[in-house]
Amino acid sequence: MGSILFFLSILAIIGTWWLSRQGLASKPWLEPSAAGTLQDLEPEPVAPAKVGLGVLLAVIGSFFALFISAYAMRMQLPDWRTMPIPSILWLNTAMLVASSLALHGAKVAVRRGETGELKFTLIAAGVSALAFLSGQLVAWQQLAQEGYRLTINPANDFFYILTGAHGLHVLGGLVALVRTSEKAWHPTSTDRLRLSVELCATYWHFLLFVWLVLLSIWTGWAGDFIDICRQLLT
Amino acid sequence: MVDVPLGPTGVIAAPDVEDVELYHPHSWLTKYVFSQDAKVIAIQYSFVALSVGLIALVLSWLMRLQLGFPGVFSFIDANAYYQFITMHGMMMVVYVLTALFLGGFGNYLIPLMVGARDMVFPYVNMLSFWIYLLAVLILVASFFVPGGPTGAGWTLYPPQAILSGTPGGQDWGIILMLVSLMTFIIGFTMGGLNYVVTVLQARARGMTLMRMPLTVWGIFTASFMALLAFPALFVGAVMMLFDRVLGTSFFMPVMVEMGQPLDRNGGSPLLFQHLFWFFGHPEVYIVALPAFGIVSDLISTHARRNIFGYRMMVWALLAIGALSFIVWAHHMYVSGMNPYFGFFFATTTLIIAVPTAIKVYNWILTLWRGDIHLTVPMLFALAFIVTFVNGGLTGLFLGNVVVDVPLSDTMFVVAHFHMVMGVAPILVIFGAIYHWYPKVTGRMLNDPLGKLHFWVTFLGAYAIFFPMHYLGLMGIPRRYHDIADMAFVPPSAHALNAFITIVALIVGATQLVFVFNLFWSLRHGKPAGGNPWRATTLEWQTPETPPPHGNWGKDLPVVYRWAYDYSVPGADQDFLAQSQPGPTRAGSGSIHG
Repeated sequence: MGSILFFLSILAIIGTWWLSRQGLASKPWLEPSAAGTLQDLEPEPVAPAKVGLGVLLAVIGSFFALFISAYAMRMQLPDWRTMPIPSILWLNTAMLVASSLALHGAKVAVRRGETGELKFTLIAAGVSALAFLSGQLVAWQQLAQEGYRLTINPANDFFYILTGAHGLHVLGGLVALVRTSEKAWHPTSTDRLRLSVELCATYWHFLLFVWLVLLSIWTGWAGDFIDICRQLLT
Repeated sequence: MVDVPLGPTGVIAAPDVEDVELYHPHSWLTKYVFSQDAKVIAIQYSFVALSVGLIALVLSWLMRLQLGFPGVFSFIDANAYYQFITMHGMMMVVYVLTALFLGGFGNYLIPLMVGARDMVFPYVNMLSFWIYLLAVLILVASFFVPGGPTGAGWTLYPPQAILSGTPGGQDWGIILMLVSLMTFIIGFTMGGLNYVVTVLQARARGMTLMRMPLTVWGIFTASFMALLAFPALFVGAVMMLFDRVLGTSFFMPVMVEMGQPLDRNGGSPLLFQHLFWFFGHPEVYIVALPAFGIVSDLISTHARRNIFGYRMMVWALLAIGALSFIVWAHHMYVSGMNPYFGFFFATTTLIIAVPTAIKVYNWILTLWRGDIHLTVPMLFALAFIVTFVNGGLTGLFLGNVVVDVPLSDTMFVVAHFHMVMGVAPILVIFGAIYHWYPKVTGRMLNDPLGKLHFWVTFLGAYAIFFPMHYLGLMGIPRRYHDIADMAFVPPSAHALNAFITIVALIVGATQLVFVFNLFWSLRHGKPAGGNPWRATTLEWQTPETPPPHGNWGKDLPVVYRWAYDYSVPGADQDFLAQSQPGPTRAGSGSIHG
């Protein structure tokens, strides 16, 4: 359960830092009663949707961290046979990186108010995300043909279940991206468009991060990294 | 509840909320059924959860009939018995307690108590309820499929949960259970995001975190915990569903069933236990923290005394929430773990007693020399303190490895967790319903019926669960359909079991008095007025009762003080509402530190 505890401790640190700025040591029964003077204590207004996405990412993060914990525990059992990584995953990774970069571009474009560039980057992000998903399906097909099917070995099972879960999250992101694009093509409010693009970009970067973590586990880099840390500590 | 008046159309015009777009219902259907108003959603959540609670209550009757009078009721065979205990446990823990505290009270109280017009994402909030209802329907559907519901026990431990020897294991039962849980978690996540973000982002002017009532603190902390803990159950459910449907071996070890080797590779049943309890232990506090918060407010209001040690109460809530994530393996002492591991988890478990004890002391010190009104909500709140202390003390027994091992899987454990997370939170739920019903409906619940309900429930719960501890100490195992032939079981144990069953039937039947009271008082209850308990928190200061859509009329409230200014010397009434400008309790602060 190491990875989930690691993840939760990071959340706990963020939470403690945030709480430490909320005046938790104040004595509310002694405070002056004018509501106006308390404005200083209140946080800067942030769009609720941004906070909501942040909390949602914490939930999705703990979901994947738990899967990784399960992976780490299950792999210690003797029947585990590590699975080779299909080379198309590198191409897929490049696609996801491109998608993430395109959305970053969209964020910059919407801030500058460049509509043409915004539309281009949104399309580029959508297309490369679709390419990523198709590439993942090709990877599944290749693995199945080589005999690394589901139920043969838990390593395979985890690969399918984790790529599937990640892919579903990308798919969900694409729904949001389509709705954002609608706003870009039929603009009603620039503030809302800007918020939507920013939310999409954040979500995409997060999914890219999750994917890189998963990839580092399958390639064994994560294991090497943990071993090095362990040696340094002992 | 029925005749919620629609506010004037100008309710959203207040200048400091211009960024909030309030949803407006246009038809009867969008006003009462597919409503995005948190108050309507709260009532929908509560109604469904209480209905599930009644089903689970009947299931407990059936299993008690078998335990009290084994063999008398031929339709309760071993399979049916296991199905009853499984469904009773899962329904009560997840579909009743979690849904009622967070979906019911959370939805009703958070926006009103922090001074918001509604939740921040009303549409997602509505989806949350309908997905919850879908989860309930899937779960209840398992009573009507071939093989019936799963009988794996509420912990659903593999491998037995998905083998043919367990009811529903190779039929539909376990599949529907897992799918229902996953659906519930998706729905809850939607609601949970709302509860957390509304507290963070939609508080009224002047409502700093440290001026929030403890009810909001409890529900807020519990929602956060639930958001982070439920994924563990989700992951476990996905993997078990794969094991059951697709034949993977995440949890299924190499094994022989009925003489036949199964086609499994050698998975780890322990892995499931870790995932399950990583959810399961925080779940105890997901239920307990809202109860802590609500009880603090009930005691303070009905004892006309400011809560003792407010800061400590908040810190203790947060500490309990954080600690509850590192104690999960105390449910697994008998799973063959490393003794150092057990030592670690016993230590963290017992450390939780510290913030919990702080809360209990503060409740008692709040009562000390208070002007205690023994209203029905107060009776339930006092009963909660006693019951929670009782359940907590047996928790100290079970938290120690050496004491837990012989008591594990006995009725002692059943008695412990029913006291601490069954009876105690349900007492708070009842107290809270008696307390806030006047705000929801504009009418008081009938007092004599409430007192009858209280005394039978409270004394009855003790008559049920106190003797159960003795059965456990005697070594009577839990989860046994029939203990008749065991040599160590004296006849007195059977007499005790029969006694418990009879009391359980009486206590269960008394809940119908409560249900009757809920419906009867809707029309015939005494009109309550806006603030019958003379309480300080914002929900009692709404311009109309029941609060209309948008809650506050034209202007949002402004908060000038904390939630506990009771018995203020020199005030017109004996309390100062949070939204009331004016002096603080001059000079009296030093006694509350």
